[in-house]
Amino acid sequence: MKRRIFPTVISYTLLIIFCVVFVAPILIVFYNSFKSRFYISDSPFELPDAETFAGLENYFEGIQKIGFFSAFGWSLLITVLSVIAIVLFTSMTAWYIARSKSRFSSILYYAFIFSMIVPFQMVMFTLTKTANLLSLDNPLGLVFVYLGFGSGLSIFMFTGFIKSIPKEIEEAAMIDGCSPLQTFFKVVFPVLKPTSITVAILNAMWIWNDYLLPYLLIGSEYKTIPIAVQYLKGGYGSIDMGAMMAMLVLAIIPIILFYLFSQKYIIKGVVAGAVKG
Amino acid sequence: MSLKKYFPVFVMPTLIAFLIAFVIPFVLGIFLSFTEFTTILDAQWTGISNYIKAFSNDDFLNALWFTVKFTAVSVVTINLAAFALANILTKGLKGTNLFRTVFFMPNLIGGIVLGYIWQLIINGVLKFFGVTITYDPAYGFWGLVILINWQLIGYMMVIYIAGLQNIPSDLQEAAKVDGANRWQTLRNVTLPLVMPSVTICTFLTLTNSFKLFDQNLALTAGAPSGQTAMLSLDIYNTFYSKVGWEGVGQAKAVIFFVIVAVISFTQLILTRKNEVEH
Repeated sequence: MKRRIFPTVISYTLLIIFCVVFVAPILIVFYNSFKSRFYISDSPFELPDAETFAGLENYFEGIQKIGFFSAFGWSLLITVLSVIAIVLFTSMTAWYIARSKSRFSSILYYAFIFSMIVPFQMVMFTLTKTANLLSLDNPLGLVFVYLGFGSGLSIFMFTGFIKSIPKEIEEAAMIDGCSPLQTFFKVVFPVLKPTSITVAILNAMWIWNDYLLPYLLIGSEYKTIPIAVQYLKGGYGSIDMGAMMAMLVLAIIPIILFYLFSQKYIIKGVVAGAVKG
Repeated sequence: MSLKKYFPVFVMPTLIAFLIAFVIPFVLGIFLSFTEFTTILDAQWTGISNYIKAFSNDDFLNALWFTVKFTAVSVVTINLAAFALANILTKGLKGTNLFRTVFFMPNLIGGIVLGYIWQLIINGVLKFFGVTITYDPAYGFWGLVILINWQLIGYMMVIYIAGLQNIPSDLQEAAKVDGANRWQTLRNVTLPLVMPSVTICTFLTLTNSFKLFDQNLALTAGAPSGQTAMLSLDIYNTFYSKVGWEGVGQAKAVIFFVIVAVISFTQLILTRKNEVEH
């Protein structure tokens, strides 16, 4: 018995230490958001007391300074529309690629795969210019750009899954008089559900947190949450630490809530995405 | 059956977006790296002079070296910690799910927000020594290492957990019966069987650390004087804060792309070679 208890104690000690290290930064930001801004940089580890407590002042100030709710709205709109567009259009394209045997589809497939390894900086400047030229520098245009830039991984994942499902069901549907469109939406798309969830989660995580692409494309007129947070830093002046803490808290809360409610899918999706990507 | 007729419906929307958001900018990017330009339309062919300028640019070389060091350290620390945690969390202890939930959470928070969270913490600690993170590039370096560990350990951990759970438990029991101790079992049975996960995690940490931008921008923004700027940030700065250097910026971006592509292909070949069949 002794030999078994000892490692358990060590395991729990390690886990608890890690737990503290993982939670502490968020907790520290949280209680600092209630301190008056002058006390934050000076003594970040001290809890608010009667003298330093500022109530919700930082929150009001931050929300007003960066227009938090409008940023939240843009982030939500752009993320939701992009994810819908990506899941819908790339699954259709992936099915076409997987089922048509033409040379062109396989070239297309490798082009999509290739795009997965290209870092954003490679196309940063030219993409921004192209988007400006084509008047895609607005939230809807950004959704279109996300569809293009995010299609690599999504097509890769959908095609992999489609190749593993038997063709016979689709053929039966077509013999029964379904057009390819009807076959896709009535027979294939429902079967793709697990992959669709994975693709949706991976893209949502990326787009919700993305800073550079929206900043370059629409940042001067529309702020998403990451742009709004970075905006608080301003030019060369010092950061308003109070507003910063409050906005960090507001930026984290929706993510944690979403995570707690769909944890199972998120972890599954991330693992599936990593293993296949 | 003529699927071909449906090409416009199934493929066109994605293809047009892909052409505009990726293919055209990519090809244009390669072309522009050999020219001098400020607005694309005024591009003048200059051969490889941008590449020569890039490789003789101190900021770029410094960023390259900083990125390589940072990536090397992060890949080792993240994977060791993630593997250790995954090992503990697959032993059937009570509370496993709660711990997993907590460890994975930072991965969902965006890079900009992460950067400012850690700026507060690190500056708070450094305050005891009367300095801030921008005082010495070494502080920025280790600050970034801590940040990326905090972000990616949980992510890699869930992949290792999935890998460990795939190992048939009779193999480990057989090793025990044969008299292998914990360490021998780990080294000779568990590790070879999770090699696919090790390769995936190494690849993911490698590319994620190498391409880091948001966290770098928020935590140090390259301070002091660009010494903690990683490659992505240096490329960004070359484009947007140095007038007349757009061509050099694009050349740097092509070099960056080639390095990332080489890493990806190496990893792909290693993945195929290392996988143990069972």
